[in-house]
Amino acid sequence: MAEITYLEAIREALFEEMERDSNVFCMGEDIGAYGGAFKVTDGLMAKYGEQRVIDTPISEAGFVGAAAGASHMGMRPVVEMQFIDFISCAYDMLTNYIATARYRAFLPCPLVIRGPSGGYVRGGPFHSQNPEAAFLHTPGLKIVYPATASDAKGLLKAAIRDDDPVLFFEHKYLYRRIKEEMPAGDHVVPIGKARIAREGKDLSIITYAATVWKALEAAEQLEKEDGLSVEVLDLRTLLPMDDEAIIATVKKTNRVLIVHEDTRTGGVAGEITARINERAFEWLDAPILRVTAADVPLPFAPPLEDYVLPQVADIVAVARRLAAY
Amino acid sequence: MATRTASRAPSRPSDALSLEKKVELYYWMRLTRSLEERLVNLYRQTKVVGGLFRSLGQEADAVGSAFALDRAAGDILSPLIRNLGSMLVQGAQPLEIIRQYMAKGDSPTRGRELNIHFGDPARGFIGQISHLGDMVPVMAGVTLSFKMRGEKRVGLVYVGDGATSTGAFHEGINFAAVQRCPLVVIVENNGYAYSTPNTKQSAVKEFKDKAMAYGIPGVRADGIDVLATYVATHEAVARARRGDGVTLVELMTYRRKGHAEHDNQSYVPTGEIERWEKDNDPVDRYVRVLLEELQVERKELDAIDARVKQEIDDATDLAEQSPPAEPTDALNGVYAQPASVEPLWYRAGIRSAVEQHERAAGWGTFNG
Repeated sequence: MAEITYLEAIREALFEEMERDSNVFCMGEDIGAYGGAFKVTDGLMAKYGEQRVIDTPISEAGFVGAAAGASHMGMRPVVEMQFIDFISCAYDMLTNYIATARYRAFLPCPLVIRGPSGGYVRGGPFHSQNPEAAFLHTPGLKIVYPATASDAKGLLKAAIRDDDPVLFFEHKYLYRRIKEEMPAGDHVVPIGKARIAREGKDLSIITYAATVWKALEAAEQLEKEDGLSVEVLDLRTLLPMDDEAIIATVKKTNRVLIVHEDTRTGGVAGEITARINERAFEWLDAPILRVTAADVPLPFAPPLEDYVLPQVADIVAVARRLAAY
Repeated sequence: MATRTASRAPSRPSDALSLEKKVELYYWMRLTRSLEERLVNLYRQTKVVGGLFRSLGQEADAVGSAFALDRAAGDILSPLIRNLGSMLVQGAQPLEIIRQYMAKGDSPTRGRELNIHFGDPARGFIGQISHLGDMVPVMAGVTLSFKMRGEKRVGLVYVGDGATSTGAFHEGINFAAVQRCPLVVIVENNGYAYSTPNTKQSAVKEFKDKAMAYGIPGVRADGIDVLATYVATHEAVARARRGDGVTLVELMTYRRKGHAEHDNQSYVPTGEIERWEKDNDPVDRYVRVLLEELQVERKELDAIDARVKQEIDDATDLAEQSPPAEPTDALNGVYAQPASVEPLWYRAGIRSAVEQHERAAGWGTFNG
């Protein structure tokens, strides 16, 4: 089987799920005849028609709310944010209405919100965001952020089949930069399970999305130059978080570096740190360190963006300090 | 009972309704009003937990509009806080309402949500949230699903004059209009959003004119007149069912009580409430129609009043016996999977967090 990109893997998942279940339909801005800003939904309308591939007005709150209503009735909407940055326009719908629906009203909301996320692409402050932490705090939502093409496909299929609302973050830097052969058959990756991207014994890097690749590159360099054996844990799902996998890697290496592309204060790294503190403090040989973006809106110009976002050199430098502690 | 027709009634668009149906409208309005009066008693006895929201003066627009839906066809509405009457018409039970207000463990939300914030799509109503306007996009989606599946069902969503200012109202009604969803949007114009009068809410004189911006029909009807409300809504429902899309129906009414029981209505001009009560009470007005135009006998209405009282008495007795909410049930049902959230470690094995529940302070600024 031929290798396909991360973006093509997402598209393949959409085609397969729409074929499998007639309740699955897509909504979003410019996703129909145009195929979406990144062409993720290219060909979908030609095959399934404009009833099931709906071009929406510019109304994130409107069509996310509509997705909720349709999902109550047994439909399985997959909503595209043209850029995930625009998800904030639907924050009220997602956090107040959708996330609480099952709990307060016993109304299921099996829907997926997906969209291109993340930086390293010179997108500036409104086309580069990683808003996962804004939703991590909301019980009732699930959050998925895959780093590989096969995970992108398998997790999107799992998200569409999940009976609860799932936010599916796609890293746009990875869209066309990574390729992989898809596992044969109906490839579904369970939500809530992390993946060891690289085995190691001296220290652990816990990360997700594009920085998985930065961490792997750093691990390679640390092994070559320092003889360090670095484990990389790719979380894949942020909510629910795979505590077992996190604790297991802590117990294995006793040193933890958390890396994420999102800003630092109130970021996912803080939550992971607290969980390790509560459940495996005595297993630590060093303080937990983190490499993140600086606490600034993401600037556009290449020298600025590169300065703000985590780079391989940052991970290497902090890992060395951690190993030497 | 055989179908009767009133001998000397003037010709009205509501003549399509049988006399039985017209009498039934009285039952729903009376049930709404009497149930709320019972809730006021329970509130004063401190048996209601949280705020109490009245629809005094608005019973006709709630009942008349909901009555225009076809329950057998599976039509669904989403009520607002002053649409107790709409929910009763769709099948909500007085017992459920009282249990909700008393925060009982066997209330429809098992103590998760307050007052009339609950729903049951099988009976044709979906519960609201407090964020006004949000149910418009949700009902756009509910009715989108009807359209996608080729079902001849209609949805109806209530907003107040205030909610027409929200982004969600605009985005939802615009989306529904573009998709030609079978949706009726009722704007209940009761003059006030909490304390804010319409003049500070919007520069439009008539909220029905907002329909123009969405390319849909906008109509206005007397929301104090249950038959006029029924007729206007029924036309909009028929349009939706034909596949002709969304209609905005503005129902003119008046909120005689405050935002909630605590609200002393200090912002209302002197005499305004009394004028509406005296000249334009929906129940009084409809009783006159029934007795004078439709030749219904007084004793028939008295019998309905007695039946309503009995139903509310029975419901109150049952609700009083209901158990309180089970504390650890708070951890269930956030997700389908996992079905429960783990208790925090320091709560493991503990069922009750405090020895005595504190009574919540009143909301807002009631000063007698």
